[in-house]
Amino acid sequence: MGRRNHDSRVNPTRRELLGAGLGVAGALALPAGLVRQAFAADHPPIGPWPASASGDSVFIGIAVPRTGTYAVQGEDELKGWQLAVEHINAGNPLIRQISPRTKKGVLGKEVKYGVADSAAKPNDAVQAEQRFITQNKAVLMTGSTSSAVAVALNKLAQREKVLYVTGISGSNDTTGKDCVRYGFRQCFYGQTAAAAIGPVVVKAYGKNRKAAYLTPDYTYGHTVTKSMQDYLSTAGWTTVTNQVAPLGAPDYSSYLLNVANSGADVLINVNWGHDAVLSIQQAQRFGILDKMKLVVPYQVPFLAREVGGGLLTDVYAATGFWWTLQDKYPLAKMFVDAFEAKYGYKPEWGANNAYMSFALWAEAVENAGTFYPPDVIKSFEAGRKVQSTVGEVYFRKEDHQLVRPVVVVRGKKPAEMKNKEDFYDVVEILPGLPLMQKPDAFGCNLGDYA
Amino acid sequence: MITWPNFVSQLFNGLALGALLALISSGLTIIYGTLGVLNLAHGAMFMLGGYAGYAAYQATGSYLVAVLAGTLFMLVVGVVMERVIIRHFYARPLEDQLLVTFGLAICIVEVVRLAFSSQSMSVPPPSLLTGITSLGFMLYPTYRLAVVGIVAVALLALFLVLYRTRLGMIVRAGIEDSVMVDSLGINVDRVFMTVFGIGAMAAGFAGIVNAPIVSLTPEVGEAILVQAFVVIVIGGVGSFPGAVVGGLIAGEIISLTSMVNPAYAYVMLFAAMTLVLMLRPRGLLGTRGRE
Repeated sequence: MGRRNHDSRVNPTRRELLGAGLGVAGALALPAGLVRQAFAADHPPIGPWPASASGDSVFIGIAVPRTGTYAVQGEDELKGWQLAVEHINAGNPLIRQISPRTKKGVLGKEVKYGVADSAAKPNDAVQAEQRFITQNKAVLMTGSTSSAVAVALNKLAQREKVLYVTGISGSNDTTGKDCVRYGFRQCFYGQTAAAAIGPVVVKAYGKNRKAAYLTPDYTYGHTVTKSMQDYLSTAGWTTVTNQVAPLGAPDYSSYLLNVANSGADVLINVNWGHDAVLSIQQAQRFGILDKMKLVVPYQVPFLAREVGGGLLTDVYAATGFWWTLQDKYPLAKMFVDAFEAKYGYKPEWGANNAYMSFALWAEAVENAGTFYPPDVIKSFEAGRKVQSTVGEVYFRKEDHQLVRPVVVVRGKKPAEMKNKEDFYDVVEILPGLPLMQKPDAFGCNLGDYA
Repeated sequence: MITWPNFVSQLFNGLALGALLALISSGLTIIYGTLGVLNLAHGAMFMLGGYAGYAAYQATGSYLVAVLAGTLFMLVVGVVMERVIIRHFYARPLEDQLLVTFGLAICIVEVVRLAFSSQSMSVPPPSLLTGITSLGFMLYPTYRLAVVGIVAVALLALFLVLYRTRLGMIVRAGIEDSVMVDSLGINVDRVFMTVFGIGAMAAGFAGIVNAPIVSLTPEVGEAILVQAFVVIVIGGVGSFPGAVVGGLIAGEIISLTSMVNPAYAYVMLFAAMTLVLMLRPRGLLGTRGRE
């Protein structure tokens, strides 16, 4: 229920149809060999390529949750992608800082996109992307906000030979055991989040503590909880209870009673989206937050705004971006200013992640000089250091994971907030590589190029 | 985590959870029992009630006004829905009724999303009922305790309407044999409108009372609708006492299973429904009804 598709950009107008018809007729009139030569050079067709790159524009399929538990975060991501497309097509200075070869568009082609509501469900996302590939000859796919979707789209990308850049996805599986040659992830592993926030939490709350976990019942929840447990056990922490709840649980009272009766010192809430909002608000009403410290390992965009009441005061979280980083990174300032001017609020890390994923794709394609997928993949894998909104970053070629700084934030007291969106202090900005496990630690096997 | 204090806590929580489920399900079951329409928009009406209460709370800052305004608003919405759309579907096949109520649910959810966005909204409990109460064996949010009482009063009111008034007598007769009620010359048309209004009002009332417990989102009715269906299948489709018994059973299943293994709390709910369907297809307190 409550699903909707919004892909008005996909439906061609009468004029576009006529134009396309003329184009097809023109192409048919040319000798077949010439067309093939012009598009494909010495490469055989692969997936929707070369058709995907044959016109004046290229198409990106976006499958994002606009309904359901992750709708708020999905809408925010979508704004990041839309801003990136606008910037790419206009040759905005920010994009050109990230991708210096960009002029207007990608390799001179305008970027178009279609949007479908995935409701954070793998089936819906795969169907939508399959439609974008078949009908629109998508040259790139994106979407998720649920690692279950990211893993499913990874598989689709590899099967259909269409590049996929993940949206929000924190599971260790996305670039771990379910990694693919055609998939690239910008945000970090749950394992990296644990390695970043673990020492901060141990320093703040001491060794040998008892932890209770709230875990959403899918790949993201299980892997992040496991990573946190593994790290904290090295400091003598024990797990007294792990409350696994389904995505979109309507009530947390029974889980929270188990937590309340567990004798834990710290509540580690791995829940995400509205599940995180609801479980934190209800934890407060059950008096749990008076007795236990709260930790959110993988930060949730809009969490502080939605839970309200200063419930995140002194709560630690690992994140990819927080808007006050604009004081440290000039590109972050450009991004925050542009986003706020367009949408009227400060961007959270989901929007930043989305923007950067398209910017990094544009950079990779410009450097490859072609949309031919294997060449673009090799361009991503070249390990070029690229400027981003959080400093220099690059993709690790063995697992297609971006090596990037991790930001640890701590919730501010309401009285200390300088404006209505000043929810967090940036506690640490940690270089990514020392936090990351070896590329094959989670069994990544990328598969073939063609 | 099976310990004695936790068992008692969960047993009590199951009762509180079950009371709310009973109230939500009662509206659904009354409408089906009388009108024969399986209202898939019931969850959306529950959600809409919550938002109506939220809007009234924003305007006045009063919880009481929010409950009253939201409840009345849903009574009006229910009557209008019945007059404009639902009544044209009484004689249509079951699948048409399912489709139209499913479509209405989508429309209601998306209109609310347009008006309020997907971000969650909070309605605070009245100041008298904020905080935590110690029950000796556990700490429990005061408002949730109050909700048990509020729901008990609401269910009693529904009981009195159904079992102590002329309207209730007609409704119950309609559940047993609607053709006979028709042939006795009773204006079934008006009764149907009233019943749909009361059902919508019950859903809306539950939505507002539930608002301070959950944070409101346009999807808040979806999961509840599924649970309400399980409740009325267990209790007996069309039976008011069945909804109450089914609600309490469902609440206890969720709470007590989570004590043993939280991942199976909702799975067990469906397992229980399956068991009831196998052993007693009409539900625990179900009658043959319209069929």
